This record gives sequence, C-alpha cells and structure tokens, in this order.
Amino acid sequence: MTNFREIADMPPPANTVGVVGWVRKNLISTPMNALFTFIGLYLVYLLLPPLLDWTVFSANFAGEDQTACTGTGACWVFIKARITLFMYGFYPSEEYWRMNLVFALLAATFLPQFFDAFPYKKVFGIFSVTGFPIIAYILISGGMLGLEHVETDRWGGLSLTLILSFVGIVAALPIGVVLALGRRSSMPVIRTMCIVFIELWRGVPLISVLFMASVMLPLFLPEGVTFNKLARAMIGIVMFQSAYMAEVIRGGLQAIPKGQYEAASALGLSYWKSMSFIVLPQAMKLVIPGIVNTFIALFKDTTLVLIIGLFDILGSVQSAIVDPVWRGVSTEGYVFAAMCFWVFCFSMSRYSMALERKLHTGHKR
Amino acid sequence: MSETQANVQSAPDVSTLAVEIKDMHKWYGEFHVLKDINLEVKQGERIVICGPSGSGKSTLIRCINRLEEHQQGQIMVQGIELTDDLKKIDEIRREVGMCFQHFNLFPHLTVLENCTLALIWVRKMPKVQAEEIAMNYLERVKIPDQAKKFPGQLSGGQQQRVAIARSLCMSPKIMLFDEPTSALDPEMIKEVLDVMVELAHEGMTMLCVTHEMGFAKMVADRVIFMDVRQIVEENEPNEFFNNPQHDRTKLFLSQILDH
Repeated sequence: MTNFREIADMPPPANTVGVVGWVRKNLISTPMNALFTFIGLYLVYLLLPPLLDWTVFSANFAGEDQTACTGTGACWVFIKARITLFMYGFYPSEEYWRMNLVFALLAATFLPQFFDAFPYKKVFGIFSVTGFPIIAYILISGGMLGLEHVETDRWGGLSLTLILSFVGIVAALPIGVVLALGRRSSMPVIRTMCIVFIELWRGVPLISVLFMASVMLPLFLPEGVTFNKLARAMIGIVMFQSAYMAEVIRGGLQAIPKGQYEAASALGLSYWKSMSFIVLPQAMKLVIPGIVNTFIALFKDTTLVLIIGLFDILGSVQSAIVDPVWRGVSTEGYVFAAMCFWVFCFSMSRYSMALERKLHTGHKR
Repeated sequence: MSETQANVQSAPDVSTLAVEIKDMHKWYGEFHVLKDINLEVKQGERIVICGPSGSGKSTLIRCINRLEEHQQGQIMVQGIELTDDLKKIDEIRREVGMCFQHFNLFPHLTVLENCTLALIWVRKMPKVQAEEIAMNYLERVKIPDQAKKFPGQLSGGQQQRVAIARSLCMSPKIMLFDEPTSALDPEMIKEVLDVMVELAHEGMTMLCVTHEMGFAKMVADRVIFMDVRQIVEENEPNEFFNNPQHDRTKLFLSQILDH
C-alpha cells in the first residue's frame, strides 16, 4: 500500500439525513410501515377536522349565560360562567384572594427549585414542606390573625384537588420510605408491623377506606369526639398511598447491591447514615418512574372524595352540569375537568423524566 | 500533607496485636464455613491470604470488621474484642479500612464525595478540611485530576485506587484487601498493586486476600494458605513458596505458578 492517502471527511448520502432521511427511516421504511403511515394519516383526516370544529371553530366563546350557546359546537361560555366554582368550590368569593395567595406562594416556592442554578434550593425545599403548609393552612382555613374562618365543607374545586394531592404527596413519600425500610428491617417486630400495615391498606379499595373514614370511624369514636371530614379523608388517602409508595421504594432498595451496604458499614457509617447518604439516594433514583406513577395515581384518586360529600374539581363540575339553567353542557364540563387533570399529570411526568436525566451519573452497566 | 500524615500513623501501641483471632468458628446456618481459625497479626505486619475459591479466605477477613459475624471463639482488633456491642463494632471499623473485589464505590457521588463522605459524617469534619485530606490521598494514588468525575466514568484500576484512597482517608491502622485485583483487566492490575506496595512500605498493617503471588513475594511478612475452610499452613514467603510443608499447598502452588 504505497499509494495510501488519508480520505477527508465526506457528508453522508443526502437521502439518509435531514427531513428526507427522517421520513424514509420513520414513515416509509417498509411497505407495511408505509401502509400504517397512510392509515394513520387517514384517521387524522377523519377525526381532527370535526374535533377542531367542535372545540374551536363552531364553539361559543363569547357571552355570559346559557343563551350564548348555539349548540353548533362546544359551549365554553359555561366554563367561563362557572370558573370560580371549578376553581374555588363554595369558598366565599370575598376570600378568594386568600386561596390565590396560597397558590402564588406555592408557585413561588416550588418553581425556583426546578432550576439548577437557583442558589437557595435547600432553604426553599425545606420551607416548601414545613413553613408553606402551615402558612397555607392558616390562610385557607382562617380563624386566626383576623381572618374569617372558612369551614372545610366550603373548600372545593381545583383548589381542593390540589390541597388533597399536596398533602398526600408530601406525607405519603416519607411515610412510604419509613415503611419500606421497616419492611426490610432485621428486627422482627418492626418488620411485622410494617408488613401488616402495608398489606392491610393495599388490600382494600380506596373507596372503602374513604367510606370507613367518613361513615364508620365516627361510630367508633367516643361520643362528642368529632373530627373534620376532610382531615379524615386526607389521613385515609395518605395511609393508602404510603402503602403503595412503600412497595415502590422497596423495589428500589432491593436493587441496590449488597456491596454498597458493606462499603458503607466498612467506612463506619451507621444504619441511618448509610441509608440516607448511600442507599436511599440510589434507590429513589431508580424508582423515580414508579414514585411519579404513584403520585399521578394519587392525584387522580382524589376525585373519589366525591363519594363522601367533598367537592373536588370533578365534583364541582358534576354539580354544575346538573344545574337546570345549563342544559346539554356535560361534555364541556368533563372535557374541562379532564384537561385540568391532564395538565398536572403530564407536568409531573415530564418533570420526572427531566429528573432522571439530571441524576444520571453514567454508572449504568 | 505531613500534618495529616502524622495523625494517621499516631504510633499504634506496639505491644497490642493488630489482630488476634482465637479458636474462631463461623457457620452460615448449618454450613460450617470457618473452622478453628487462629491468627495473630502484629502491628505493621503484611499478611497475604491465598487459597482456592470457597476456602473461606474472604469470609475470614470480613469477620475482622464484622461484615460477617462469628459464632464461636474470639476476635480482638487493636485490643478491642468484637462482640454484638455496636459501640465496639464502630470503634473497630474506625481502625480498619477495607477494599473490595468490586470496589463498591458509591456511584451517585463524585470521586471526591466518595472520599469525604465518611470524614464529614462519621468524623464530623468540616467539608473544606475533609476535601483537603481526600485530595491528598487521591494524589497519593495518582488520580487527583479525576476528583470531580463519577466512578462510572473511570476505569476499573482507577476505581480501585479511589476505593483505596477512600479507605485511607479514615486513617485506618489496618487495611483489609478482599481480592482487590481479581476484577481488573491485566494491564490495570499493576497500577493497583503499585499503590498497595507503596502502602506496605509505609508500614501499614495489611491483610490481603489475593492471588498475586508476585505481590506476596515482594511485600508479605507471612503467607497464609487456606483450604477447606481452615488455615492449612502459614509461613514467611520464601519458605512458603520454596518449601511448602503440606501436599495441599504444593498442589495449589503448582497450579497457580505453572500456567
């Protein structure tokens, strides 16, 4: 090989890159794929125009009451007219600012934590699970600092959904961690207690938990002792979801090699230190999809509080569509409720994916 | 560096044995996995333990820092007897460092954080000081430039050197090595052995389970041969390799040296 010469880099063939390359590779790589692409496009052609027509082009946006609904498409006027009910339930309208303040505070404490460059993440993180819930409770419930007391019966709508989910998520995760560790404990009493707790709560439907909390529990309590229906529902949801959370986290704990525990012990780390710095960070990272899955399930399961007479967003939509003044708007109501749920659930899902990418340290083998 | 160094080697009491094991037995359930182990290791002594797989050598050294529990007999480490007492176990783990076959670095922490974690949380040392010590040891194992990387980004040899640095940060008086080179590619074995040889020359008390007979000849004060979960023979390296007493030892040596 005396006539060797180095070949300069050349661009790849034009039909393998760019738009053309993408279409060839993803849409028409085989006759079968081409057929499916065609069927898919045809379905979009069939479904999309009527959907757009109903939701946008023939829909009613302008107006104040049911007279604005022409019946040609969706009547979004209904949503507009009832939006305060959907957002705040039966919360007194002159106190809406308190709810708004809480959600502004929620956004202000959580949003900055999603940015890596934000310097006070730790402070905000601690505040968001300690100070924030207390301030939020004082603001929403009132009864002190000159704020008018608002009974929990009047809480409702999307704000109730968010309150229930927030409490559920913030409480179920740590309880789940403790239960998961307890279930793997070498101490038989603790292990048995955790197993019994988990299997008990996991073995019953959430509906029956809520029924028990609202109907049966008062029967067992001594006379004169009452406690709030919302609080009982919250405890029920937290117990139920923490049992699920425990099993998700246990899955992660089991995936951590024994060598990690041994290395931590050999360095002299105590049980709690090796759990908090070595085992849990790795285990939790592994099961982020499962944890977020449980969060999403929890978020949607809060709708079940409807059956014990609490009006979350779905409940308030249902109560609004049976209003005889508004007729034939149930689809709009449910679509709106579904969109609200979807927005929150999809955000959680995207956040979990971003978190997985961020925490990936290239040790996967 | 010299200051921390001085702390590290704060003159161990020469009269106490580093490790003293008397009539020790261990079972895994019904399985008798260590039988009648007797072993004395003086301060600064380098012991190499070899033997076929399943002979109990790893289990033996893992008993010394209580990663495994013994059921009968006595183990004393730096004059402290190993019992169920968690305080004593902690005290002993303070004196004993360990390196594993599969390194067992913490994959979610950087190399530097791997080294400083125990200093900060066990020794309660301020972060800055811990990092200074960690960097000193990373320099000693010749990888200070990898401090900010994650273990998964390093080669096996580099990972094992980080693992050694991580143990040394805790300034142990005794180092246990559990087949530190068995999981490495041949060209990486030397870089780890070099670090171990250097450590041996500095007077560290070492117990190494290894098949690196070259290492044994170079630095060991004594070689211990184990088979069928017992100590078969122990001798100083020259005698051990040139004049093995037991047939089982001769067979083992012929198998590992003539291939």
